[in-house]
Amino acid sequence: MITLADYLVLGAILFCLSLAGIFLNRKNVIILLMSIELMLLSVNMNFVAFSAFMQDIAGQVFVFFILTVAAAEAAIGLAILVVLYRAKHSINVDDMDSMKG
Amino acid sequence: MTDSMQNIYLAIPLAPLFGAIIAGLFGWKIGRTASHLVTIAGVGIAFLLSLIVFNHIVIDGAEPFNGTVYTWMVSNGINFQVGFLIDKLTAVMLIVVTFVSLMVHIYTIGYMHDDPGYQRFFSYIALFTFSMLMLVMSNNFLQLFFGWEAVGLVSYLLIGFWYKKPTAIYANLKAFLVNRVGDFGFLLGIAAVLMYTGSLDYAEVFKQAPSMEGKTMEIFPGHAWSVMTVTCILLFIGAMGKSAQVPLHVWLPDSMEGPTPISALIHAATMVTAGIFMVARMSPLFELSETALSFVMVIGAITALFMGFLGLVQNDIKRVVAYSTLSQLGYMTVALGASAYATGIFHLMTHAFFKALLFLGAGAVIIAMHHEQDMRKMGGLRKYMPITWITSLIGSLALIGTPGFAGFYSKDAIIVAVKNSTLDGSGFAYMAVLVGVFITALYSFRMYFMVFHGKERMDEHTREHLHECSKVITIPLILLAIPSVVIGAVFVGQMAFGGFFGDAIFVTEAHKISADVAHHFDSWWGLIIHSLADLPVYLAAAGVFVAWFLYMRRPDIPEMIQQRFSLIHKILINKYGFDRFNEIFFAGGSRMLGTLFWRVGDEKLIDGLVVNGSAKSVGWFASKFRHVQTGYLYHYAFVMIIGLLLLLTWVVFR
Repeated sequence: MITLADYLVLGAILFCLSLAGIFLNRKNVIILLMSIELMLLSVNMNFVAFSAFMQDIAGQVFVFFILTVAAAEAAIGLAILVVLYRAKHSINVDDMDSMKG
Repeated sequence: MTDSMQNIYLAIPLAPLFGAIIAGLFGWKIGRTASHLVTIAGVGIAFLLSLIVFNHIVIDGAEPFNGTVYTWMVSNGINFQVGFLIDKLTAVMLIVVTFVSLMVHIYTIGYMHDDPGYQRFFSYIALFTFSMLMLVMSNNFLQLFFGWEAVGLVSYLLIGFWYKKPTAIYANLKAFLVNRVGDFGFLLGIAAVLMYTGSLDYAEVFKQAPSMEGKTMEIFPGHAWSVMTVTCILLFIGAMGKSAQVPLHVWLPDSMEGPTPISALIHAATMVTAGIFMVARMSPLFELSETALSFVMVIGAITALFMGFLGLVQNDIKRVVAYSTLSQLGYMTVALGASAYATGIFHLMTHAFFKALLFLGAGAVIIAMHHEQDMRKMGGLRKYMPITWITSLIGSLALIGTPGFAGFYSKDAIIVAVKNSTLDGSGFAYMAVLVGVFITALYSFRMYFMVFHGKERMDEHTREHLHECSKVITIPLILLAIPSVVIGAVFVGQMAFGGFFGDAIFVTEAHKISADVAHHFDSWWGLIIHSLADLPVYLAAAGVFVAWFLYMRRPDIPEMIQQRFSLIHKILINKYGFDRFNEIFFAGGSRMLGTLFWRVGDEKLIDGLVVNGSAKSVGWFASKFRHVQTGYLYHYAFVMIIGLLLLLTWVVFR
């Protein structure tokens, strides 16, 4: 029997993975975007789990919203990435430090 | 009648003010002649109206006028007003001020004839007349202070009239600063009066004065001082500044850098006597404090004697007269200290005439000598300038107190008053004024002989051009010489020995020496006869004789004395070191303090620590903390997560 806790632990693991992906990734902006997607998905996992547990459909409706927004965000993110590459000829994260004080 | 008199009172100060404004602001347009005409007209009107006032108050014996002209403001129950108090004291001062001022105005036409600042000069002296009239006519402390400061300002402007001359600028700054010291005391005195009586009006203050007697105040904890004594001494410090009493006398000799008419008007006849007038006006206050009176008397005695000594070694003709003025102011102050206020004012009046005369005479000599002021280069001027010679002789005789001349009566009355005084210090004061008589005669006739008699020591060129000055110069001399002779005899009975001033001057019963002496007084003629049996006349005669012997007969002796007593001579030449002391201690001290504040306070503390320091610390802080901003997204995200975690922990475990 798979309990709510198992789903929540899965969501947490996914979230931590994506978080680690953001922090530890020193190479590629694409991996960064993927990590963000993964983060959203982990949240979706929680939503779905709670929705099933509480017999409330609203949580799953929210998941659709989030997926839509995530898709749009991914599209924009990739577009920015293309522009960035054209400008900098690199998508290396370490090269992007122009926000330094 | 009262209404028309009130208009007259108002017109007296306003006429010179009007002249001053016209000559000052429009002088460039209306030209020289119009400028001097308008100011002389202003002062002349003031003089004529003063005569009417004198007639009204003194001769007709009308009630004193005390009224407010204009209320400036009312603050916390205290009225700040412009008002006039016209009593006999004021009436006498009005005559003295306007008459001398008028003479000086006329004289100036000749003296300043070629000066580019002609209009400016007339504007200033008319303005001075206005200020002085406001001072003497005032019925409250505030207006007194206004007049006090205004005459100080004009004095400053006029000492530095030749503003391209560095010594003149130095002198006017010095006069201004020294007067600030006195004015500070004066202001504190006024503040004390206001604090204890709650009013600035003379009548009100004097009414309340007896209730202040016996009160004490603690300025330093544990030292209870009589309020009356502190107030009076503070007020007198103001008088010391204005009337050049030791140790605030240092500015007066230097003020001789100004044009001579100014020395006559401001620094001999009128402004410097403002302090004397003020103390006489405040007699209801001073009478209540014997300590203050003793203080006044001792200061006056020191000034009278020691400033006279300085006159002996000066070679500048104007400075001799200046030291003589100091010494005579000391006499007046001694009279005030001895509660003989009326006598002090009497001497003020006679002194105003003969000292103005002496100064204007000195000015005439200076013009004739082409602005040479050194007496060692003069001599024998008698035959070139007969009018100047005879008027100067009259002035000198009046100054030393020759029986019959104006100075004789007033000075004799002072000496008698001091002799009869029982206050502490009166013994010393009596000695000082007696010796002073001899010294006065000595330096006056030293000057007289050196200038008008003896060998002609000027160079050939100057001698050829020597001639009597024009009429605008000699006429004021003659007009001043007349009162220098007669004014004493006319007023001695009433002023020195009778109750001339009535209620204007208050003397407590215990101090009424003038009244005792008055019993012995019969007439001015009797006074002359009487004086022949007394010491001062012989002292004066001895002084004249010694001067004649030393400077006419044996001019080698002064040289010898100078060498024999070189130490004393050096002390006198250095004016007892007052200037040196002030220069080092006060001027140097304040410069040092200024440098200290500049270097440490301003540059180090304010600029270094506060202004630049705060900017620097922000810069340092930023330079350390900007390393936190790496520009890497994952660092920012990490910090965000940490923050979120902390926030969550706080929310959950709160």
